[in-house]
Amino acid sequence: MIQLEDVCKTYEIGGEQVRALHHATLSIAKGEFVSVIGPSGSGKSTLMNIIGCLDMADSGIYRLDDMPIEDYSEYELARIRNQKIGFVFQNFNLLGKLTAEENVELPLIYRQISKAERKMRVEAAIERVKLSGRRQHKPMELSGGQQQRVAIARALAGNPSLILADEPTGNLDSKTGEEIMYLFHELHEQGNTIVLITHDEGVAEQAERSIRILDGRVQEVSREEKVRGGMI
Amino acid sequence: MMWQSIKLAIQSIFSNRLRSMLTMLGMIIGVTSLVVLVSIVNGATDSVTSAISDMGNNLLTIRISDDKNQPYSIEEILDFSKEEIVGYVAPYTQSSYTVKKGRTSSSITVYGTSADYDDIQKLTLSGGRFLNGADLDNHTYVAVINEVTAQTLFNSTNVVGEEISLNGYPFTVIGVTEEKENAVGNTTERLEAYIPYTVLTRTANMVRSISDFYITAGTEDQIDRLEQVMTKALYTRFKSDSDAFTITSNSTLLETMSSVNDTMKWMLGGIAAISLIVGGIGIMNIMLVSVTERTREIGVRKAIGANRKHIMMQFMTEALLVSLIGCVIGIVLSLLIVIGINYFCTDLSASISFDVVAIAVGFSLGIGVVFGSYPAYKAAAMSPIEALRYT
Repeated sequence: MIQLEDVCKTYEIGGEQVRALHHATLSIAKGEFVSVIGPSGSGKSTLMNIIGCLDMADSGIYRLDDMPIEDYSEYELARIRNQKIGFVFQNFNLLGKLTAEENVELPLIYRQISKAERKMRVEAAIERVKLSGRRQHKPMELSGGQQQRVAIARALAGNPSLILADEPTGNLDSKTGEEIMYLFHELHEQGNTIVLITHDEGVAEQAERSIRILDGRVQEVSREEKVRGGMI
Repeated sequence: MMWQSIKLAIQSIFSNRLRSMLTMLGMIIGVTSLVVLVSIVNGATDSVTSAISDMGNNLLTIRISDDKNQPYSIEEILDFSKEEIVGYVAPYTQSSYTVKKGRTSSSITVYGTSADYDDIQKLTLSGGRFLNGADLDNHTYVAVINEVTAQTLFNSTNVVGEEISLNGYPFTVIGVTEEKENAVGNTTERLEAYIPYTVLTRTANMVRSISDFYITAGTEDQIDRLEQVMTKALYTRFKSDSDAFTITSNSTLLETMSSVNDTMKWMLGGIAAISLIVGGIGIMNIMLVSVTERTREIGVRKAIGANRKHIMMQFMTEALLVSLIGCVIGIVLSLLIVIGINYFCTDLSASISFDVVAIAVGFSLGIGVVFGSYPAYKAAAMSPIEALRYT
C-alpha cells in the first residue's frame, strides 16, 4: 500500500546541504501497524512529511494506494491528504476555538461532505475514541489524553487509508500514553493501517513491525535485532 | 464552504472583540464621515434648490453694470410690462436707512421698488396692502415693513396707519409682510422696508440710477423667449455692448449652485474616502498580525486537507466581514447623526441619499478585498510543514 523506492530528499539549512533521506526504500502493506524509530535528526520527520504528502521527494518513487505521488499540484496533494491520510500529532494540534465535535468535523468540511453525513461520521468517530460525553468541550477543557483522542477521532473521521502518528504519546504521561497506544491497537485490529513515528523504543516495539532510520537510511529491524537490542 | 468561512470569520472576530472593534473603528469613522458630510451637502443643495424654485422658474434678474450714461428711467422699465410675454416687472434698489419711532432708532434695509415686487417675490402681507402704481406716480411717502421691524418699533404687528421716520422723512406704514422662511428654514432678523422707487431717489443719501430689476415671463415656458427678447432689447439700448448687462435666470442660478455643490460633495467625499483607505490599512495590519498568530492553525488546516483556496477564502471573508460590519455600524451611526442634525441644528439640514450609502458599501467592500487579499495570500502560500513547526 505504501511503497518507497530509492527516495532521496535533501534540505539546505544555512547554506549547508543536509541529506534527510538517502535512497530510502520500504514498503508497508494494508492493515499493517508499523513503527518508524530513530533519534532526532535521523530523517524521521522528513519520512513522515513525504509519506503524509506534506512534502515531495527529490528523487525516487513514492506510491500510496498504488498511485505514484509525484508532480502533483498543491491542490492535488491537499486532496490526497484530506482523503487518504489521518494525521495524529505529538502536540495534538487541535483548533482551540472549535469544540471537539467541530475539530473532528473539519476534514469532512474540506471534503465537502453533506451536513447530515458529516454529523453521522463525526458521531461514529467520537464513539470510537470513547469521548461521547465530551463532544461540546473545547480542547482547553480536556485533558491531554482526551485531546489526543479528539485528534485521533479527527484522523479517523475521514476514513483514511493510513493513520500517520507522529510521537502521539510524546506529550502524555506514561499511563495516558498506554491508553492511547491501546486505542491504536484497537484501531489496528479493526483493520486500519497505522504508521507510528517515535524515538521511544518501548512504544516502537508494540508495533508488529519496526523500521529503523538512521542518518537518512532506512533499515528493517529484524526479529533477531529486536532480541539483541533487548526490544523483545 | 462559504457558510463555514463566514462562521469561522465571525468566531474569529468575536473571540478578539477589542481588537476587531479597534480595527473596525477606522472603517466606522470613514463611512460615517463620508455619509454625514455628503448628506449635509445634499441637505444644503436641497434647501437652496427649493428656495430658488420657490421663486419660480419664470424669473429673470437683470443687472446693468455700465449704463453708458443713459440709465433706465422707471417709466422705461415699467413699459416692459406692455410686452405680451412679460408677467411682472419691478426695479429694486437697495439702500441703508435709519428708522426712528419715538426713542427707538435703528438701521434698516430699504428697497425702492414698484407694485409688482410682492408678486415676483411671492410676499404675503399680514396686514394692509403693498405699494401700488399711484404711490409711485404720486411720490407718496408710504412704506411696507416686515414683521421684525414692526415688532422692534411698535412691539406689535398690527401697525398699519402708524407713522415712522426714515432718514428723517415721515412715512406712513401701509402694510406688514409676513416672514418668509429662507433657504435654510429660518426667518430673517433684518429690519426691512419697501418704499416706492420714486420716493427712494428723493430720500436716499445717494441717489442711484436703476441698475437691477426683476422681470418675469407670463408662463414658465416663455422664459427662454423672454430672455432672448430682453437680451436683444438691452443690447440695442446699451450700444451693442453685451458686457454692459447680465441676465440671470433661475435655471442658470440652479446650474451654478448644483455645480458648486457637486464640487463640495466630491471634495468632502474624497476626504472621507481617504480616511476609509486609512481604515483599510488598519484592517490589513491586523490581518497580517492575525495570519502570523494563526500560522499553526493554518498548518493544521493544510495538513488535514485545506488547500490554498480554502485558506485564502477564510482570511478574505474575515477581512471583508470586518470592513462590512464597520460599514454597517458607520451607516447606522450616520443615520443617527443626520437625524440629530435635522432635529437639533436649526441652521443646518442633512439628507441621506441612497447613492451615498451604496457608494459607502461598495467602497468598504472594495477596501476589504484590496487590503484583505495580501494577508490572505500570505496565509494561503504558507508551506504546511513550516507552519506546523511554527511555535
